[in-house]
Amino acid sequence: MKKNLLFPILLFSAVIFSIFSFTNISSSSKINQPPKTNADKAGLTLPAGFSASIVADNTGEARHIAVTKEGDLYIKLGSAKGGNGILFLQDPDQNGRYQKKTGFADYSGTEVGLKNGYLYASSNTTIYRYKLNDKDEVTDPKNPEIIVSGLLDHGEHNSKSFTFDDQGNLYVNVGAYSNSCQEQDRVPGSMGMKGCPILDSAGGIWQFKIDKLNQHYGDGVHYAIGLRNVVGLDWNQIDNALFVMQHGRDQLHDLFPKYYTTKQSAVLPAECMYEIHKGDNAGWPYIYYDQIQKKQILMPEYGGNGKKTADKKYLDPVMAFPGHMGPNGLLFYTGNQFPEKYKNGAFIAFHGSWNRSPEPQAGYFVVFVPFKDGKPSGKWEVFADGFAGEKVVMSPGKAEHRPCGLAQGPDGSLYVSDDSKGTIYKISYKK
Amino acid sequence: MSNTSKDVAKENFITGVQQSKTTGEKIFKKYCISCHMADGSGVPHMNPPLIQTKYVLGEKEDLIKIILNGIGNVEINGETYTNKMPPLKKILKDQQIADVLTYVRNSFGNKAPAVTVTEVKAVRSKNT
Repeated sequence: MKKNLLFPILLFSAVIFSIFSFTNISSSSKINQPPKTNADKAGLTLPAGFSASIVADNTGEARHIAVTKEGDLYIKLGSAKGGNGILFLQDPDQNGRYQKKTGFADYSGTEVGLKNGYLYASSNTTIYRYKLNDKDEVTDPKNPEIIVSGLLDHGEHNSKSFTFDDQGNLYVNVGAYSNSCQEQDRVPGSMGMKGCPILDSAGGIWQFKIDKLNQHYGDGVHYAIGLRNVVGLDWNQIDNALFVMQHGRDQLHDLFPKYYTTKQSAVLPAECMYEIHKGDNAGWPYIYYDQIQKKQILMPEYGGNGKKTADKKYLDPVMAFPGHMGPNGLLFYTGNQFPEKYKNGAFIAFHGSWNRSPEPQAGYFVVFVPFKDGKPSGKWEVFADGFAGEKVVMSPGKAEHRPCGLAQGPDGSLYVSDDSKGTIYKISYKK
Repeated sequence: MSNTSKDVAKENFITGVQQSKTTGEKIFKKYCISCHMADGSGVPHMNPPLIQTKYVLGEKEDLIKIILNGIGNVEINGETYTNKMPPLKKILKDQQIADVLTYVRNSFGNKAPAVTVTEVKAVRSKNT
């Protein structure tokens, strides 16, 4: 019986489907459509006056990027490809697409940055530097100098992001190899270790000298503690201070269902932007910041219940974002191309969440935060969206592109890297 | 067509697997979904996918051990997944483990024999 019914339904659906498909095809081929802009080509949604173009694609896991004064591009790959962990891209005929590609450095990692005639890059344990010639090309790709080595890599939160100040210092993130310093990592109900021992060698920022070779933990300054994991960080020239984006803890509901619903767990805790000064403590794993209650809340692993606040005050964020969106890139915009409101403001690349299931995921966009005198001066807004290719992302593997790194070009354009497909976007403004 | 005893056994087995899958799905949604996702696709570089991997479809004993003891930094098809999976031996009972593994081995396009409570018991007793 069922079989007999099913066949006409299938046939009917097939007919309807072909009608709709046909309609779609004919409507999209109308000739009086407006010409597609660069933004359309790149698939991004941007504020009026901005456009995006794809300057390179299929580069691999493009984590962080750096653009030279010549407009050439260095990409650090999350997984080295064919023995190349860093790619160097050039556009010899200046057609807006990088056609010339060379590679070097056989290690995987996240960070790459330019400073004082050197290219700095990190594996998950070591920070290297390469001498540049006057065209910002690496002169001896096979023999980098080792600036810092022996940084902890236990897999979880192992990327060694860094940035520089102008006094010869390097600031390196060493992420905590744990979610919330439980006695048993990610086991439901497991309580926090007393005096979390991870904080001695991870879960913070270390300061090293940019031009001293072969440094280890002991040579550096334990600059800030209580930061679970930082992938995006940048030096703010106006404030002369370090700003970092912390990845907040995961799984409040999974681990403590009696205190958190899945809906609360999807948005808590906040992803925080901190202004960091020497000796600061942002409170991980003892507290998290709740952007709805606007309070520091005691972690359930340390006696919290979603409401209790901590006795001791830790550093407050300068801005708090909804949970789990994965801020992987931070850049203070110092260029002159974009309108005045963007000057010295912060761009943040949100990689996109995974820890919101069964709720839909969030992030997968680049955000802008206006700044005045080195402090946020207004609400955050979505600047570039559409990377994921679908409106609602249920699982991160389905997102087509995931924003990860940011860089500013010599002409003031903003570059965004995608570590899923390896697409590099260039965002420009024209009045 | 008359039912032979073999057919009955097969039918009972299929019903059993179906029930196991239904309960298994509930357990999956409670304990597994946040890392492995509703579609079993996992999270790139962090949490392994459960689709067509030897960990899920291969030796049942290896799979049972993973859920009992947890696992970390696992490499699957050339990609490393860095988040730790916690041991669930104190959280899940043998029947729950059998159910959720049967669900995982027969969802997301996977098709593999069910995991029975006897098999889970055997691995657990060897492990402790």
